[in-house]
Amino acid sequence: MGDFQVKKQPKKYDAVIVGSGAGGGMAAYILAHAGLKVCIVEAGPMYDPQKNVTQFKNPWDSPRRGASTKMRPFGDFDACYGGWSLEGEPFTKAPGTEWDWWRARMLGGRTNHWGRISLRFGPKDFKRRSIDGLGDDWPIGYEDVKPFYDRVDKLIGIFGTNEGLENDPDGIFMKPPKPRLHELFLKNAATQAGVKVIPSRLSILTQKLNDERGECAFCGQCGRNCSYYKADFSSPNVLIYPAMKTGNIDVVSNAMAREVLTNREGLATGVSYVLKDDMQEYQVEGRVVILAASACESSRLLLNSKSQRHANGLANNSNVVGKYLHDSTGAALGGVLPQLFDRKRYNEDGVGGMHVYSPWWLDNKKLDFARGYHIEYWGGMGQPAYGFNWGIENLNGKYLVKGKQKEAGGYGASLKEDNRYFYGAGVGMAGRGEAIPVETNYCEIDPNVVDKYGIPVLRFNVKWSEHEIKQAKHMKETFKEIMHNMGAVITWGGDDDEKNNWGISKPGEIIHEAGTVRMGNDPKKSALNKWSQAHDCKNLFCVDGGQFVSQADKNITWTILALSMRASEYIIDELKKNNL
Amino acid sequence: MDRRKSLKLIATSALAGGAIATGCKPGEEKKADTPATGEPKFNLDRNAEELKYEKSLLAQEKFFSDHEMATLTVLGDIIIPKDEVSGSASDAKVPDFIEFIVKDMPEHQIPMKGGLRWLDMQCFKRFEKAFKDCSSQQQIEIVDAIAYPNKAKANMKQGVTFFSLMRNLTMTGFYTSAIGVKDLGYAGNTPNKWNGIPDDVLKQYKLSYTEKELKECVSFT
Repeated sequence: MGDFQVKKQPKKYDAVIVGSGAGGGMAAYILAHAGLKVCIVEAGPMYDPQKNVTQFKNPWDSPRRGASTKMRPFGDFDACYGGWSLEGEPFTKAPGTEWDWWRARMLGGRTNHWGRISLRFGPKDFKRRSIDGLGDDWPIGYEDVKPFYDRVDKLIGIFGTNEGLENDPDGIFMKPPKPRLHELFLKNAATQAGVKVIPSRLSILTQKLNDERGECAFCGQCGRNCSYYKADFSSPNVLIYPAMKTGNIDVVSNAMAREVLTNREGLATGVSYVLKDDMQEYQVEGRVVILAASACESSRLLLNSKSQRHANGLANNSNVVGKYLHDSTGAALGGVLPQLFDRKRYNEDGVGGMHVYSPWWLDNKKLDFARGYHIEYWGGMGQPAYGFNWGIENLNGKYLVKGKQKEAGGYGASLKEDNRYFYGAGVGMAGRGEAIPVETNYCEIDPNVVDKYGIPVLRFNVKWSEHEIKQAKHMKETFKEIMHNMGAVITWGGDDDEKNNWGISKPGEIIHEAGTVRMGNDPKKSALNKWSQAHDCKNLFCVDGGQFVSQADKNITWTILALSMRASEYIIDELKKNNL
Repeated sequence: MDRRKSLKLIATSALAGGAIATGCKPGEEKKADTPATGEPKFNLDRNAEELKYEKSLLAQEKFFSDHEMATLTVLGDIIIPKDEVSGSASDAKVPDFIEFIVKDMPEHQIPMKGGLRWLDMQCFKRFEKAFKDCSSQQQIEIVDAIAYPNKAKANMKQGVTFFSLMRNLTMTGFYTSAIGVKDLGYAGNTPNKWNGIPDDVLKQYKLSYTEKELKECVSFT
């Protein structure tokens, strides 16, 4: 280590942003357009959807036919680099607890492959403690965020319908696509079960938004990122590359942030990072530091940024950093809809995701669990991929095929007939629900373990409570009723019971982790104030899921975008007033 | 392939893998567009870590022997034969796909290699020949004994397990090939304007869109 040294970047920035997903991308976009000089520190490689293409590939373009690898757990065409386990970057779990941690490592992070489900929180979602006595209220309400939701709708584009629902606010929507065949069956069956079904709300352009982006080509491949039309929201396509045209953004890629640097007054001065390309240590200075590294990575960074002034980690006088970690709940099941056997073929790819969904429709006062869930639906004639009709021996002996009873299994021309007959008859659904954030669910620095860069790693300690487990039970009962109502046969996910907690997803598995750097009015109980600004360090902000007090049964990206826009404009104002 | 190129390929131990990457059967000439460096080409985005992994896969020696590949080919074509709609598993290069996938997913290696040997031993006991050298009638006899899980005899269960995996891999390989996708009639993966379920299909299922849906959803003319 004779030549060990820390290189300081000579250029001084107005803002250093750690992370380039929804929160970091939006902050960079707003600040750069306001004329501020921005440096984005991104842990993964550069990625340009215009060059790094998987859209419109055929199954045989992948040697593994779209199967997953450790590097692409969502399949070979999925657009997100990273995954559940990263080489040289371990994390640990307290005994008897579970945590699945998805870490994107690329420009744009998870926004490159996410489901584009773009739901506003409703008025109740910001004030849950006042309603059911659990968790905490946010220091802000829907009326504070509404103007930013409106602007995000207009800037990025979203389809949906205004339904006038109390807790699922209207927005500025493009027209949604018409339901597909399986979705009409699902809609009728769910409605019969008393479950409301409305057009989904996805950030996909079904109409022209501006000259920079095209319109949806209905290939159903948003998970691959829209390289050809830029018709879905990803941070690179919609925020970062457009903002780079201002000339105000530098991106340092393959740069793993180590610490937020602070001065004697306790103010943030910049970020230190290790560059993966040369394994050298660097520092970059900014007047403001904005964390958008994902909820858990941002809390890890804060907890690892210890100094004399911030002995408990940065922004952690409250001791809440890392705590209140929570993910969406999830449960799912699926099967086949016999009415769809031997169906007519046509292109029904549609948008990348469901055309209809069910927002939470019940009153928790009449239920034995707190908080609700929404339902996502799928099915139909998708592009074949690895695993196609796997286990057909469990299917083809159970139904008449073209009027004939066959023996399960088989081979030959008869098997080819079966494959054609069953194609496109699959249906399924999943619930995504709100967990109660509690102090006892947390991540912390593991005192014994570092990653390959010498950065102390996170140890997780998260368990579901009865609320979440009962919610999963309710999901399964509802899904079974919907399947039954349309005469569908459940082929998986139907046998869960109390022994396996009704098949509830592992904490972290739904990849909606939030709450670890939460905001609040009381500096003793929160890390950030209502402007996403650290109570203990006024020029430090956190604009990712970390800042969430609770996350509703709404996927959190649209709220991350709105809050990041709001915090960024606050930063611009405060810089102008010389307050930072 | 000229000699210089072939030496270079051997030097990077990519010969076996290269053949798979370009879809050639072993022994066939390499296509002219094979890069001189022997670097595998990919038609989809690969990041640096993936490239390293893919190259290591392609650099591996052949997993299946020539005998095993011949057996896979015969068995694959029994599972997915040519019919009036489409070609066979071997027409869709399913054996090459299986050779690749067992390297990518090593959990399939022992079940496949062991299953093939189990099959040969069964054939040897019954017919004193390896499976691939049996008559068509003999091959079908043994396949019938393992192709139907619910009626197979108890002493055939290992064969049933192998055949089910072979059937799965063969179907997956076939229906994700150009021939198989066309056979299924999958009509997507191309730019489109989704205008709703075709009228004749709505009629077939006695369904219709509501006034609200027709009014609020995007339409294309």
